[in-house]
Amino acid sequence: MSFRLFPVEASSISAEVDQLLFFLLAVAAFFTVVIFAAILFFAIRYRRRSDNELPRPIHGSIPLEIVWSVIPFGLSMVMFTWGASVFFRERRPPDNALPIYVVAKQWMWKLQHPEGQREINELHIPVGRPVKLTMTSEDVIHSFFVPAFRTKQDVVPGRYTTTWFTAIKPGKYHLFCAEYCGNNHSGMGGWIYVMEPQDYEAWLSGGTPGATLAENGQKLFENLACANCHKSDGTGRCPDLTGLFGKDVKLADGSTVKADEGYIRESILRPEAKIVAGYQPSMPTFQGLVTEEGVLQLIEYVKSLGPNPGAGQAEGLAAPGSR
Amino acid sequence: MTTAVAEERETYLNAGHGVKSWLLTKDHKRIGLLYLFTITFFFFIGGVFATLIRLELLSPHGNLVSSETYNKLFTMHGVVMVFFFLIPSIPATLGNFFLPLMIGARDLAFPRINLLSWYLLVIGGLFAIFAMVAGGVDTGWTFYTPYSTSYSNTWVIATALGIFVAGFSSILTGLNFIVTVHRMRCPGMTWFRMPLFVWAHYATALIQVLGTPVLAVTLVLVLCERMFHIGIFDPALGGDPVLFQHLFWFYSHPAVYIMILPAMGVISELVSTFSRKAIFGYGFVAFSSVAIAVLGFLVWGHHLFVSGQSLFAGMVFSFLSYFVAIPSAIKVFNWTATLYKGSISYATPMLYAFGFIGLFTIGGLTGLFVACLGIDVHVTDTYFVVAHFHYIMVGGAIMGYLGGLHYWWPKITGRMYPEGWAKLSALVIFLGFNLTFFPQFMLGYLGMPRRYHVYPDEFQVLHVLSTAGASVLAVGYLMPLIYFMWSLKYGAIAGRNPWKATGLEWQTDSPPPVHNFDEIPIVTREAYDYSGTVGQEVQVG
Repeated sequence: MSFRLFPVEASSISAEVDQLLFFLLAVAAFFTVVIFAAILFFAIRYRRRSDNELPRPIHGSIPLEIVWSVIPFGLSMVMFTWGASVFFRERRPPDNALPIYVVAKQWMWKLQHPEGQREINELHIPVGRPVKLTMTSEDVIHSFFVPAFRTKQDVVPGRYTTTWFTAIKPGKYHLFCAEYCGNNHSGMGGWIYVMEPQDYEAWLSGGTPGATLAENGQKLFENLACANCHKSDGTGRCPDLTGLFGKDVKLADGSTVKADEGYIRESILRPEAKIVAGYQPSMPTFQGLVTEEGVLQLIEYVKSLGPNPGAGQAEGLAAPGSR
Repeated sequence: MTTAVAEERETYLNAGHGVKSWLLTKDHKRIGLLYLFTITFFFFIGGVFATLIRLELLSPHGNLVSSETYNKLFTMHGVVMVFFFLIPSIPATLGNFFLPLMIGARDLAFPRINLLSWYLLVIGGLFAIFAMVAGGVDTGWTFYTPYSTSYSNTWVIATALGIFVAGFSSILTGLNFIVTVHRMRCPGMTWFRMPLFVWAHYATALIQVLGTPVLAVTLVLVLCERMFHIGIFDPALGGDPVLFQHLFWFYSHPAVYIMILPAMGVISELVSTFSRKAIFGYGFVAFSSVAIAVLGFLVWGHHLFVSGQSLFAGMVFSFLSYFVAIPSAIKVFNWTATLYKGSISYATPMLYAFGFIGLFTIGGLTGLFVACLGIDVHVTDTYFVVAHFHYIMVGGAIMGYLGGLHYWWPKITGRMYPEGWAKLSALVIFLGFNLTFFPQFMLGYLGMPRRYHVYPDEFQVLHVLSTAGASVLAVGYLMPLIYFMWSLKYGAIAGRNPWKATGLEWQTDSPPPVHNFDEIPIVTREAYDYSGTVGQEVQVG
């Protein structure tokens, strides 16, 4: 039976979270000791010696009240600021992160690499490279939790949530579902395999996915006859998608929206929700015709259609030609 | 001499006989006892579920019960303990019984509504019991959507209806307390002469009245979606699952204060009585209760740090959560300072008060961890959170409840409990509690997710420790059940004021007469003024 008291630090953020923990532990230990010691000391020093004792009343002290309000408040603001700064770093993925797409369902994790590899309940990633997960669920809420990375993000049906990490230590780490999701919740786990870059390349070329994610998206795009309206020369009944990803889109109601993953997903499944300025609401919904994984492939295809200022190159096509 | 007198005198206990005289009573003291029986029943039901959970977790492989059963066990443990034990615990029993006595009133403002509120709890409880007997419910006590509305195949509707009905019990109790405190104080009982127990219950009542309707609305929305497929929370029906979490925690975070504030009120009484000193910083302790009630409504989003809510929302909720920590800290410091140069007795209620302060300090300080964004991402939905809220709700609220029950037992029954056994049980509960829940902090930081039926082998040692502690804790909880019943017949006669305490409740007979006071008292002094309660002043310190 293996036993440990502290989890391994396997991501770039792990040590930061642990340092923050140690600060809070120090503060907590200090106040616990002060309170326990004071109670113990007073309880013994001032124990009742006879039943008719009547101590002199003390009604309070404003200076003391200020001291023991202001000092804890100051310390708590340090905790808040430090905690928020760690949180902002661990929530904002760098532009060059390797994109991985995650679809959760009762009770499994389905993961897709841009190169086309698909995994179930396992994720292979290279050490030292930021990895960004774009996640959704097919049914209920799940939560992607890797204790060794000190990170966790709920995976919510009907929308994309993201998380990212940079693994710093090769090895095999627990993946847990942390949001209760029904009967086999505790079985909805798996492993993250962190590999040296050359091992990762070997692993990538080992499988025979056949097509990249974007290529699969392109096939889907053709099969669903999207191109009949979304013509690449701009003459179709629907907007041209070239270079769309990451751009601001003007809508018919005068507002603008950034063409990110969530916007594209919504436009496929609920096309009437946001109408592009200058176009009629003519697109039918593809809800039920395309799976969550298919939507992610379509998004990767749209990303691959030309330049995308600000959000980095479409990784699927730019990845090393290892196959 | 008192024996013969006490048996002849008419008290609230012998003023009427037969089942009807209890089931139709409008006496707040009898209603308090009806609540006491009801919640004690639910406490042991919830305890049975907890026992089965802990037994299952002895082994990592889930070989005692199936996953379906395990999921129902932790759900029903949470539902029963939160909605049918902790929420009504102190307010509906000790509050019901003593709030009128402590402000010199003959009853609550609305005695019939008070009885109605007990019936509502019982009806709600019957729904919950029906759900449990019919097959159970497996959504977790948090009912997260869309699992609860579209996926669970268990008795969600009956359970939600039960909680819905029981919620009105809580609202009516709160309403009754607010009106009573405003309108029923005896002559001379100004706001700043009220015992801190009354302040704490006033603050609690505000939360009950303002927060519980939101829970009711949320449960109705869950029922609408589950029964009629009206899309509110399930994205497949066009709803938003995270909206449910906002609504649920808008009530359920303040609900934690419904559980802990009354316990804090009890502790103020105990610390004062058993150090025979006015509470240090009375005004700060009184207003910190109100501050907790108000600020408690502004922090619900700290349950949603990893839900997909925006980074800035997370930041604001983290910031506000630290504000609510300060009034709690003020209370702990003031209780501790009250001991300084006091005359400190080690009677059982005071042992519970010491236990409360210690465990609440740990529970409160670990609250700083989960309010901290960088740490909460890692520990939320793990055993760290389970440990944290048990330190507050069991280490805090139940220690306060048991401390209060021992303190006022002589007043309620006219009899003393056996002091030796009671001290032993306080010690057993304190040790058992820590052994049960301290290892869970470590489990959580190691990454053990909550609500797991099967878990990796590496977590087993800590789980075994926790189960060992739970066995000790169970013994500790059974002891008072036995010796309290024993004391009804064999306990020493208590007399009016066995602790030489100052509250008005100690100036009337034990057990009190039907109308509480033969003559309505007139208050001329501050709360906790001990001059005159003991014969001779003996200098201390």
